[in-house]
Amino acid sequence: MSDHEYTPKSKAGKWFNDRLPLLTLANHLTDYPTPKNLNYWWTFGGILTFCLITQIVTGLTLAMHYIAHADMAFESVEHIMRDVNYGWLIRYIHANGASMFFLAVYIHIFRSLFYGSYKAPREIIWIIGIIIYLLMMAAAFMGYVLPWGQMSFWGATVITNLFSAIPLVGEGIVTWLWGGYSVDNPTLTRFFTLHYLIPFLILGLVVLHIWALHVPGNNNPVGIDVKKPSKDTVPFHPYIVIKDGFALLMFMIVFAFFVFYTPNILGHADNYIEADPLVTPAHIVPEWYLLPFYAILRSVPDKLLGVIAMLSAILILAALPWLDTSKIRSAVFRPLYKQFYWILVADVLILGYVGAMPAEGLYLLVARVATAYYFLHFLVILPVLGLKEKTLPIPLSITEPILGGTANLATARNKESSIK
Amino acid sequence: MSEKKTNRRDFLFTATYAVGAVGVGATVWPMIDQMNPDASVKALASTEVDVSSLTPGKTITVLWRGKPVFIRRRTEDEIADARSVKLDDLKDPEKDEDRAKNPEWLVMLGVCTHLGCVPLNDKGDYNGWFCPCHGSHYDTSGRIRKGPAPTNMEVPKYEFVNANTIKIG
Repeated sequence: MSDHEYTPKSKAGKWFNDRLPLLTLANHLTDYPTPKNLNYWWTFGGILTFCLITQIVTGLTLAMHYIAHADMAFESVEHIMRDVNYGWLIRYIHANGASMFFLAVYIHIFRSLFYGSYKAPREIIWIIGIIIYLLMMAAAFMGYVLPWGQMSFWGATVITNLFSAIPLVGEGIVTWLWGGYSVDNPTLTRFFTLHYLIPFLILGLVVLHIWALHVPGNNNPVGIDVKKPSKDTVPFHPYIVIKDGFALLMFMIVFAFFVFYTPNILGHADNYIEADPLVTPAHIVPEWYLLPFYAILRSVPDKLLGVIAMLSAILILAALPWLDTSKIRSAVFRPLYKQFYWILVADVLILGYVGAMPAEGLYLLVARVATAYYFLHFLVILPVLGLKEKTLPIPLSITEPILGGTANLATARNKESSIK
Repeated sequence: MSEKKTNRRDFLFTATYAVGAVGVGATVWPMIDQMNPDASVKALASTEVDVSSLTPGKTITVLWRGKPVFIRRRTEDEIADARSVKLDDLKDPEKDEDRAKNPEWLVMLGVCTHLGCVPLNDKGDYNGWFCPCHGSHYDTSGRIRKGPAPTNMEVPKYEFVNANTIKIG
């Protein structure tokens, strides 16, 4: 994908590269032309890679001490916390790491929403991203079940029961998922297996995600196509590597704060009570990162429709490249979209808040309004906005507004139509 | 290329795909079916419960197939309450007479039909059960009256072995 052919300097390097072009790949990755105006919102891809590696490494080490059995799982987690050397540290990194992973992925997703990174020609990158996000939710959910605490058990019961909403075959599917007539040991062992498998599936998809990214190259805050390599780009190394590295350090400070100062604040106290199939905790809540979807589930008074609404809320994202009809990528040049974007951000935060509250009274009303607005945004506002909105003129290149004076309105318009 | 005529080769292709599909299916099915309840899980099919200590108005919860079962000895008022409800008022119409053959005893799975939580006893708008998870209200017959649950709490197969013992399953 680099414009020049790469030949290793050393004879041995050339010999190897002719047989397996790994050095060509390494060269592509270092030289990879990157838009020079990428801001810090673009550093979360690297941060997410770090999160994935952290979860895999801590997960592997935890698996050396954890016992996936209904009678021993809870105790083995306490054993990790109290007896295993640095077990507390590894487990707290793993548990908080999941939250950090979601924090980063939400910023990454909302970055894409603001700058229109999901639009042509980056639809495949976006859809792979949505699949990764779905797998992350599955992995996080199953991981939360493994300590076999009260929230583990009842969270597993509620989430697996979502499938019972499917007409006719629902009950059969749930029994099949459980391997019994309730969540029990067979459920735990299979969840452990899948929890172990999914991160490696994600790793494979991350490779595809980056591969698909390197075909058109990065989007950028201005949202225009850039010529590569040109005045508008810088090589990935050292420019982006340093910037990503600095952002990662900042992120690790936040991460370390949670791990060392408030390791349990994002968890639920009830999960330090061993699973009891006879008592449901008074107030079941999922982990914070699933709350908006939980709020959508509860806001619909019908079981099947509630499940459908919740799934659609996630899957609708995959259709986003076609729902958003605007040809202008960046919200910088879309004054109306920019406002609706922030309303959506607020809407999702509100959904997250009411998802943590009991589903009654005012909370329920707010959840219903917020749910309706969520779908309205994607199904009505975005398609209409793209056709009606008066966008601002986009510059011809990243450098143009700085070096070439103000953007020429007419040429910008031409450019706008040529994007089609 | 232009003319499509079925010949010997087409037949061989179709036959090969068909046999291949059967082979793949036969290989995949054991992988799927191994996740269904195994023999040891199925073996725990019935439980016997001593109910002699129950006074009217009391409920005990026992575990059957990993699930809680409510056994309630109902008061006269509760029975009257449950039997006076018009079927039209019910989301999942079912007569109390069919749910509790012996009106004093109500035996049912203590599993909310919404998403499987265990409802709380003597709670809710209908003095029966209330599910804390998503707010389903059940009456004194365990029938759904309000909230997201689609059906009444399930009555399992059970019988009185003698006056003091119930066999569930």
